Amino acid sequence: MALTGLDIYKLLPKTNCGDCGSPTCLAFAMKLASKQAELQSCPHASEEATAALGAASQPPIRLVTIGAGDNRVEIGNETVLFRHQETFYHQTALAVRVREDDPEREARLEKIAGLRFTRVGEEIAVDLAALEEESGDPEKFAAFALRAGELSGLPAVLISSSLPCLGAALEKIGKSRPLICPRSPEKIEDFAALAREHSCPLAVDGGSVEKTAELSLRAREAGAEDLVLLAGSGSLKEKLADLTVIRRQALRKQFRPLGYPTIAFTNPDADPEAQALEAAVLIAKYAGVVVTDLIRPEYILPLLTVRQNIYTDPQKPIQVEPKLYPVGTPDRNSPLLVTTNFSLTYFTVEGEIEASRIGAYLLVVDTEGTSVLTAWAADKFNAASISRALNDSGAADLLDHRNLILPGYVAVLSGKVEEESGWTVEVGPREASGIPKFLKTAYRGGTGKDQS
Amino acid sequence: METVIEKWPAAINTVTIGAREDGGGTRSSTVTIGGETTLPFLAFEGAPPHRPALALDILDYSPDDWPETLREPFREALGDPAEWAGLCQEKYRPDLICLRLQSLHPDWGDTDPERAAETVRAVLAATSLPLIICGCDHPEKDNLAFPLCAAAAAGENCLIGFATEENYKTLTAACLADNHAIWAQSPIDINIAKQVNILISEMGFDPKRIVIDPNTGALGYGIEYTYSIMERIRLAALDGDKMLAMPLLGDVGADAWRAKEAKAAEKDFPEWGEENLRGPLWEAATAALLLQAGADLLIFRHPEALRKIRDHLDNLLDIA
Repeated sequence: MALTGLDIYKLLPKTNCGDCGSPTCLAFAMKLASKQAELQSCPHASEEATAALGAASQPPIRLVTIGAGDNRVEIGNETVLFRHQETFYHQTALAVRVREDDPEREARLEKIAGLRFTRVGEEIAVDLAALEEESGDPEKFAAFALRAGELSGLPAVLISSSLPCLGAALEKIGKSRPLICPRSPEKIEDFAALAREHSCPLAVDGGSVEKTAELSLRAREAGAEDLVLLAGSGSLKEKLADLTVIRRQALRKQFRPLGYPTIAFTNPDADPEAQALEAAVLIAKYAGVVVTDLIRPEYILPLLTVRQNIYTDPQKPIQVEPKLYPVGTPDRNSPLLVTTNFSLTYFTVEGEIEASRIGAYLLVVDTEGTSVLTAWAADKFNAASISRALNDSGAADLLDHRNLILPGYVAVLSGKVEEESGWTVEVGPREASGIPKFLKTAYRGGTGKDQS
Repeated sequence: METVIEKWPAAINTVTIGAREDGGGTRSSTVTIGGETTLPFLAFEGAPPHRPALALDILDYSPDDWPETLREPFREALGDPAEWAGLCQEKYRPDLICLRLQSLHPDWGDTDPERAAETVRAVLAATSLPLIICGCDHPEKDNLAFPLCAAAAAGENCLIGFATEENYKTLTAACLADNHAIWAQSPIDINIAKQVNILISEMGFDPKRIVIDPNTGALGYGIEYTYSIMERIRLAALDGDKMLAMPLLGDVGADAWRAKEAKAAEKDFPEWGEENLRGPLWEAATAALLLQAGADLLIFRHPEALRKIRDHLDNLLDIA
């Protein structure tokens, strides 16, 4: 929990010497509380104050980086239990498992690299290759780890409880900061030493939340700083309980031994659909890394979409790409409607047009993700922006008519849009729910009825 | 380490749908939802007293615009709601049937309200499962049909919808008269969700007979809004807000199958894989998220999606 100005004041020398640049210790404390000053500015601060403030300034859940370079992923540093309270910041890293002895392993690694899609203008992709050691042969596993990086281009999770195998693999790929993932609570100090030696993150698996907390303390004492906590190895019910307890202890109690991101595995014995649904829950419910055996796009695309949706910042509405969208199967006489690029506005309007079963074009104007009325009030949805979008869209080449349907709420813009764009404006309904009726009964354009 | 256990001052209402002979109806089973005392599936704080219920949609017309994947499981029964309902009960075993009277809508057939009531009777005769009845979302037509349908199903304790902030009076009166539960819909807005419940209650309808539908956005198409509104409604309810303490409904199938990712053919999007796997999973993934947000009643389109979620619930509740 962040300390208040008064909490901090109690830890200061209270001499009002002014050496820190602030006139009084209280003023300095207030600046520290709002993170506008640093304690180092006070030459007289006690060790006790330094320790207390240092601990308080750490985030309740540590930010951990897996990988190095452009494709590294950051997990942790979350601040809330429910996304509406703020947002979830660092999206779950999706890892696909590849077993060392799988004869198809190379094809599988290449496939993983291809699991990337574009949705609402954003590239979504699998982040990590989870490499499971099976041979017990350090040289073989090291060669596999090296080859996996070449084929997938992704950072690795090294799943092995063999110190020699992990050591050999880290000699080869340690610089790319893989996540070391021993599946055993034994020899935690040795694994921690390995993680420290190679500056890699380390997963700790105690088998229960309490034991995992003990292990994380021991790993930390042994010099491993970037830890990831394994949540639940039993049923989905247990995983959900572990993930929830870990998140709550970290955020509500500032319980340091659990102040790290988490990793969870889907049940490898379950059928692919069950694994996919399990992964969806783990993504929504706090897992920092989810490891699955899924590889087909039918399963991966929904999971990446789940992640994209859950990790959307509710404070910054998601935007759709501003462009011309065909809805249904429009032809050269189909109606043309215009709306803003706030995703919910777009989905609602698009849905209603589709429900009307009349093919149409929907022109989406860039209003920085605001709805029609908000964008109009902020002067982002105006004659200039609509006309520009209309010209850039190529609608004139696709349509034989020059009629544009404007949302009813901005009927006031009609004259100016006509003036600026040269298109004829028809005022549509205020609410999207009125669109089907409007298109069927009130719309006159496109049919030649009102081309004068 | 002392685990943070959350104790909430209030619980979610329970709502029962369907009536057996001893309850004045003819159903062979009833469905009870709600009753939670904590957030979804946190068994260490209190196991949910009732399993979320799973319904399967049937339509009162032949949905020629449905993708092949969705038509296939019902092929022989499409266009005949009674046969369709019977097929669902026998082959796919949902907890409830959801009958959609879409053909009432002026754009979808503009059929007579009397015919809708006939359909309700025929479906009740063809299945012994509890019934959800959904209008066509055209206020004038719905208001003509609601009283007839409610009367046709008198004694069967159906869930009928939906009531909205602008259109709730006729449905509420009909459900009062014939003793049905109300499906109340609001446009992804917690305040309107509460307002609809207040309006319905002010007509003398028992708020413990209402189910909240905060409006479903499908996976990839606004589900994050539904997810957060459901979470907020559930948190407010557990905190003691009686006008939000209703079980939550996710109208999953109708929305999920609008998603391009659910219905597009593999030949058009080869990189997305087989549509027969993808479509039902898109629907099931939408449902899985809503379950985590607090949904108590889910309405599906594809039987495979329903089956996957039934297994998923076993996994969540740890039933081997």
